[in-house]
Amino acid sequence: MQYIPNIIFALILIAGIGFFVKNIRKLIRNIKLGKEVDRSDNKAARWKNMAKIALGQYKMVRRPVSGILHVAVYLGFIIINIEVLEIIIDGLLGTHRVFQPILGDGFYAFLIGTFEILAALVFVSVIVFWIRRNVIKLKRFWNKEMKGWPKNDGNIILYFEMVLMSLFIVMNASDIAFQEAGIGNPISQFVYPILKGFTPEMLHIIEQSAWWIHIVGILIFLNYLYYSKHLHILLAFPNTFYAKLQPKGQLDNLEAVTKEVQLMMDPSADPYAAPAEGAEDEVPEKFGASDVTDLNWVQLMNAYTCTECGRCTSSCPANLTGKELSPRAIMMKTRDRMEEVGANIDANGGTFKDDGKQLLNDYITPEELWACTSCNACVQECPINIDPLSIIMDMRRYLVMEESAAPQELNMMMTNIENNGAPWQYNQMDRLNWKDEE
Amino acid sequence: MIVPTMAEMMAQGKQPEVLFWVGAAGSFDDRAKKITRAFVKILHQANVDFAVLGTEESSTGDAAKRAGNEFLFQMQAVTNIEVLNAYEVKTIVTCDPHSFNTLKNEYPSLGGKYTVFHHTQYIKKLIADGRLSVNDSILKNKRLTYHDPCYLGRANDEYESPRDLIKRLGVHLTEMKRSKSTALCCGAGGAQMFKEPEKGDKDINVLRTEDALETNPEIIATGCPYCNTMMIDGVKFKEKEADVLVLDIAELIAQANEL
Ligand code: SF4
Ligand code: SF4
Repeated sequence: MQYIPNIIFALILIAGIGFFVKNIRKLIRNIKLGKEVDRSDNKAARWKNMAKIALGQYKMVRRPVSGILHVAVYLGFIIINIEVLEIIIDGLLGTHRVFQPILGDGFYAFLIGTFEILAALVFVSVIVFWIRRNVIKLKRFWNKEMKGWPKNDGNIILYFEMVLMSLFIVMNASDIAFQEAGIGNPISQFVYPILKGFTPEMLHIIEQSAWWIHIVGILIFLNYLYYSKHLHILLAFPNTFYAKLQPKGQLDNLEAVTKEVQLMMDPSADPYAAPAEGAEDEVPEKFGASDVTDLNWVQLMNAYTCTECGRCTSSCPANLTGKELSPRAIMMKTRDRMEEVGANIDANGGTFKDDGKQLLNDYITPEELWACTSCNACVQECPINIDPLSIIMDMRRYLVMEESAAPQELNMMMTNIENNGAPWQYNQMDRLNWKDEE
Repeated sequence: MIVPTMAEMMAQGKQPEVLFWVGAAGSFDDRAKKITRAFVKILHQANVDFAVLGTEESSTGDAAKRAGNEFLFQMQAVTNIEVLNAYEVKTIVTCDPHSFNTLKNEYPSLGGKYTVFHHTQYIKKLIADGRLSVNDSILKNKRLTYHDPCYLGRANDEYESPRDLIKRLGVHLTEMKRSKSTALCCGAGGAQMFKEPEKGDKDINVLRTEDALETNPEIIATGCPYCNTMMIDGVKFKEKEADVLVLDIAELIAQANEL
């Protein structure tokens, strides 16, 4: 009978981790719905980006207030997780503070003391975050794409962290032996007097409850990630690793187009030549993107990684001047559609059944796409190197090359380039007139 | 003005040290043509042996590409690269950050590999090489603010060359609240220049002009013909054209050196 708590703990742990793994598999499957893109070059620069931007939070502190608070929460979150290791071992073996004898009283106290201080820092930072969202109502948290679930999601994460941090402190505060020893409790010693009125039995129950709720809470939080913008705590790492390394201004040159242009420009190519063997059943490549499966896997990973912070949107010239476009919404809609396609595949035994919907029009409208100035402010501002502009450009490519659906003025501009080598209707022969015009 | 073309050079069996890529705006737009001429005057003053393509130059295809027409872009690119390679061009300078970006970043994988300079980089180099100096007395103490073109700044991380030149003018530079990597777009990029904006509550160039006017400038400097047009329109909209001039850095240097 005495092993029942251990067994229950093990079962909860297995269930929690098992469910998480299942969702991560689904996540990887969904990301792989995207097209292949080679990002295996220049590993050194990629590791460096990951270390600097994901681990080092280099771009977060571009906005100092939220940046520094975020560093506090992030460090606290990671370091306090060392304590979770002890909790898991205690839970499985039925021990109590198993690291204490191993590490020695002094060092153990130092560690737990550090965790307590970090927990307090996290708690305070999270409160400030909550105030910024809900009391100060920072504009970027109140754009129209932030209604409903995205807004709640942001707050739920903050509540989770508040509760987990409190439980950690309560757990220590109600551990009589730990408090009586009086070291390693810089924060919980102030909570201990409040709890002192309870009987030792009651305190033990409080301690045990806090312990259980804490670990179960962590497992729930772990599984909450998949449904939340909080996935960034994991995906920020691969996302910064695989992000584009070229200058931001450089758009990729579509290879399929290069091939066709070469054929057209090559005077020796015979347009009536029989296609090469096997080529007749090749589906002609679709230009640009109208659905998530036309995007590449890095773009899809971008969508899962987006933390909906809105730094992109708050610096987007189109959004700042009241246009429909919001680069954050581009990422959120891409994720929503990807989830929808993934669920469709799950429901239909592994294959996608046409649902008559696509990313274009059903999620992202041409009006949004045409409002972009390709200024790269969103790409620059994103703290984890997400590239909303690349999705916008791929969707424009589809609109223009597959649907011929550019705005009228742009069609005129393109006709001019085709006919006279300039976006306006000037005569190519007048190109050098400026030299004699003063 | 004496502006040799590559064809003329070739006929004389000469190869210039640099090709000046004028760009569509610089060739046809009345306002941008002044920038082009100012830059040529600087090239002359520094005794640079340059040439242009003249009627053999064609749109780089930047606007087509950003409008989504990859076909047209690559057709333009391939045609231009053929011409450039036939003249064995090695080095290119341009006053247009869009051409700069396209030639430098997007042409190489299509077979056009050149060393490409934005004119502010090139002028800076001329000064460093001792071929040009800037007189700092003509514009002394003028109040100036600088608008970073997206395709020079964020797109290619070039923030310092223009500022380096501005400092040599003896002017008083005040940065806007959004500058360098946080600079706001003028509203022209991504083919927006050629269409009406989508519906919203303000035009982007007006918002950016407001940023600039907050610094109480006499001169708004830019390094892009499209930014120039956008900022001029913004200044007109704000009815400030009597007090505030919008000038390219090349024009400022030409003025300072009384060219
Ligand atoms: S690139 Fe487009 S979406 Fe991104 S900030 Fe600029 S205008 Fe907005
Ligand atoms: S794309 Fe980047 S900047 Fe924009 S909301 Fe997502 S995480 Fe924030």
